[in-house]
Amino acid sequence: MSSATAGAPAAAAPRRSPTAPPRSFLWTRRIFLTVLTTFVAVPVYVMISSSLKPLQDVAGEFRWFPSELTIRPYIDIWSTVPLADYFVNSLIVASAATVCSVIIAIFAAYAVSRYRFRGKRLFTVTVLSTQMLPGILFLLPLFLIYVNIGNATGIALFGSRGGLILTYLTFSLPFSIWMLIGYLDSVPRDLDEAAMVDGCGPLGALFRVIVPAAVPGIIAVAVYSFMTAWSEVLFASVMTNETTRTLSIGLQGYATQNDVYWNQVMAASLVVSAPVVVGFLFLQRYLVSGLTAGAVK
Amino acid sequence: MTPAATAAHRQAQAPAGRSTERPATGKDRPRRPRLPGRLRRAGLPYLLLLPAVLVELLVHLVPMVMGIMMSFKELTQFTIRDWSVAPWNGLANFSATVDFDAPVGEALLDSFLVTCAFTVLSVGLCWLIGTAAAIFLQDTFRGRGLLRTLFLVPYALPAYAAVITWAFMFQRDNGLVNHVLHDQLGITDGSSFWLIGDNSFIALLVVSVWKGWPFAFLIIMAGLQNIPRELYEAAALDGAGVWQQIRKITLPSLRPVNQVLVLVLFLWTFNDFNTPFVLFGKSAPEAANLISIHIYQSSFVTWNFGTGSAMSALLLLFLLAVTGAYLLVTSRGRKQADV
Amino acid sequence: MRRIRAAAAIAIVTSLATAATGCGGGEGGTGSDASPKTLTYWATNQGANIEADKKILTPELKKFEKETGIKVKLEVVPWANLLDRILAATTSGQGPDVLNIGNTWSASLQATGALMPWDEAAFEKIGGRDRFAEAAVASAGAEGQDPAAVPLYSMSYALYYNKKMFEEAGVEKPPATWDEMVETGKKLSKDGKWALGAEGSNLSSNIHQVFALSQQHGGNFFDASGKPDFTSDANVAAVKQYVDLMGKNKIIAPGNAEYAQNQSLQDFARGKTAMVLWQSAASTFKAHGMKDEDWGVAPAPVQSGTPGQGRQVNSMVSGINIAVFKNTKNLDGATEFVKFMTSHEEQKILNGTYGSIPSVKSAQQDGAFDTPDGTVLRETLTKSAAPLPQVANESQFETAVGTAVKGLFADAANGRPVTTESVKAALSKAQQQMPK
Repeated sequence: MSSATAGAPAAAAPRRSPTAPPRSFLWTRRIFLTVLTTFVAVPVYVMISSSLKPLQDVAGEFRWFPSELTIRPYIDIWSTVPLADYFVNSLIVASAATVCSVIIAIFAAYAVSRYRFRGKRLFTVTVLSTQMLPGILFLLPLFLIYVNIGNATGIALFGSRGGLILTYLTFSLPFSIWMLIGYLDSVPRDLDEAAMVDGCGPLGALFRVIVPAAVPGIIAVAVYSFMTAWSEVLFASVMTNETTRTLSIGLQGYATQNDVYWNQVMAASLVVSAPVVVGFLFLQRYLVSGLTAGAVK
Repeated sequence: MTPAATAAHRQAQAPAGRSTERPATGKDRPRRPRLPGRLRRAGLPYLLLLPAVLVELLVHLVPMVMGIMMSFKELTQFTIRDWSVAPWNGLANFSATVDFDAPVGEALLDSFLVTCAFTVLSVGLCWLIGTAAAIFLQDTFRGRGLLRTLFLVPYALPAYAAVITWAFMFQRDNGLVNHVLHDQLGITDGSSFWLIGDNSFIALLVVSVWKGWPFAFLIIMAGLQNIPRELYEAAALDGAGVWQQIRKITLPSLRPVNQVLVLVLFLWTFNDFNTPFVLFGKSAPEAANLISIHIYQSSFVTWNFGTGSAMSALLLLFLLAVTGAYLLVTSRGRKQADV
Repeated sequence: MRRIRAAAAIAIVTSLATAATGCGGGEGGTGSDASPKTLTYWATNQGANIEADKKILTPELKKFEKETGIKVKLEVVPWANLLDRILAATTSGQGPDVLNIGNTWSASLQATGALMPWDEAAFEKIGGRDRFAEAAVASAGAEGQDPAAVPLYSMSYALYYNKKMFEEAGVEKPPATWDEMVETGKKLSKDGKWALGAEGSNLSSNIHQVFALSQQHGGNFFDASGKPDFTSDANVAAVKQYVDLMGKNKIIAPGNAEYAQNQSLQDFARGKTAMVLWQSAASTFKAHGMKDEDWGVAPAPVQSGTPGQGRQVNSMVSGINIAVFKNTKNLDGATEFVKFMTSHEEQKILNGTYGSIPSVKSAQQDGAFDTPDGTVLRETLTKSAAPLPQVANESQFETAVGTAVKGLFADAANGRPVTTESVKAALSKAQQQMPK
């Protein structure tokens, strides 16, 4: 689908100029993109090729090509650790955290972007300051709070997916709010005004007009939220147990007491990343389709 | 938050409010008795903020206060079982932490300086590469979609997978990096260590940039969507070339996005735990001993949470100061630009 | 106005914080028998991987359920997370009923008071303290206190060697002393092959090796009152001797300085290094495709003479202990489970599967452990192994000294000289980082 986007001449994204760019620009672009592609692609290639190597190959001196191709690692990964369970856990936790975080952020950003109210500065500054909290400072306290909430109310936050979702959604929330304020600010006010004239309430205007116009921003923020939750190691190592363990912890299972199964690590990483990459591909179309540009006209 | 937002909403305010005159539900502060319609309007923004405030309180602010309280306590394995009754020890944790002549303080200072250098380099490179890539991929050309997808791959990999791949490549005897640099290109004489010793700083930086720049790319790409095409067209009519358009239109238009992006990259990189932890394990080499790992070691590995919390609290103060200064400086610049 | 709002926000935050602190962390209560029919058990990763552990343990747990009617919920906790998880359990009081711990952590965890102490009465319930090997019980808590755990699996270090490489280099028997090691090593280290493997970036492994060497020099890392004493001549000599194997004697490959994930076993299996000092490595060699007749095993070297106690110690007492979490809701069941796991029968089965040595004396003598490496490991364990210092600050010690040795290895690997002074400076820095 991406090639389709690239090939379509009438893509709505704004272009710099209708005239052909000069040679200097083209050459700079060519060189830069070649170097960057190599930098990005080599580790990806190493992952793919290593995942197809027998264990002796990855344990010994580096070789560009496998001595023999084998798909054994792809079979073994499922029995070395319960990879499927970890994958499902990660998917649930990251998706739920993303959805909650984005919705909460849209509300908050809408309030800040469109209203004047007392405490606005306090709110934005406080939210901003939480982004700089070193995780290590509040890991232990947060964990104690979850346990106490569990003891007092019976809501299991510690060790459950719910607790992890709640934690992760707040990790991405501050940034999501700031970014969305910026994106919402760039959506022209005439749009909400028009919607209000049409009889929409403030929330109606938000969901019918502003949100659709800010889709690229929302997607960028959603992707960020998802990846924050998807990759987190520190909190997951304390707050999960066997049934709720996420991938970032689960993948460590391939490095055991006696051995590191490099080929299986790579195979497992690829398997669990593939759906995410495909998801990105899908979202990317919305991200670059320039819906805002369309809405302005 | 940002002056731009404040300025922008000053214009937006009036239409947003005036068209919703309806009876109030009385959910507002009773201190300011005004017209009912105003009450409702005044209450709405708070209602919209409520969920965000609640979760932030629960997950960030209350734990932060607890963490700061812990920094005034003697919290070792002898007292950790019930921290609320652990003995207070005043500023002892702090004074031990900032005594830069003693090994503990000296190690913290070293770690702090390494982290600063690392953060500046990593953020700079991530931003530079991300912006350049986003701008270069703005025009349509063959293979553009493919590249855009490839560039997002490092970001889509779970952190553990990405970093462990680099650890695999950085091995001295069996790694790709030495294989290429020494065996194939002959640039280095002898195999170098990347995961121990001074080179570990470079290794950490490379991994961090590899993992981090696609995020900048993504955000800038979204930011580019919001630049009205008319601006480019007008500039083209005035005879501005591509380079000039980038300099005069693209970069200035990205300013609001950049302000937040750079700050987030900074905080994120400064507090990064995943990358060094997976790359080096629980004991990072001195040259790459980032502060997050250092504090982790001081608190979680050795179970001395009093000192660990004191270090975190100092770190927080530092980040507050930097962020405050940064916002002040960048916002002032922007105000002038906007006017 | 703004000030009032800020004040209100602060008030909310503090009241929430007080609420959170009010109900405190782990309540100091001791165990009860409130839920007698279930147990949660955290096992450590002993087998090839976590799934393998589950397969090994589940049938045994079923046996226990059949005998007692108590259902055991098993979780195999990866090593990387275990200490954090125990910490979480300790601070909150919410943890398993029974758990495995690395025996070197015993004194540290004992200090938290989160583990049930095994006094005479408790030991009686599982058949008495005498059933267990003395060295193993000594590694279950600080001296003079009731042990915080019961030894479950025991291990010790032995010297594994590649028979074919020995043959090719004309070496007839494995070195019994360090002098012989260096001499033999020089014959073996050539043509890209090396004599000995080491895990230079693995803090625990560094500690284990320098501890045994320090004992051989008559040293100790803690004095009688439990204060750190890292910079004694014996300790400096021990650390220098270990690092010199790479730097001065050049019988350890420089690349080993960055090993932390058992790469040295891979090198051994691939015929790149001829010897490793390891604990129960037989099953790993097999996994790497080595046949049993490819390798031999001998006691780890000493300075001179034969392994024994005192200066002839050639291994730490390594192993896994099983502990009862004080906050358990099923104290009797937990004790019953420990009794089951340490029964003669289960000791035989589990240690046999894992390649470790039973910590119960009767099971140690079982014919199943008369394998070549089993014999050496058992002999070492009973005759010439000593427990690591059982002090509350053991984990700090491992981190500080382990990191110092790691740094010295990095120096040696990069060709920088490692001298008595530089070793002493590194150890002195480590000592200053210990809690006062």
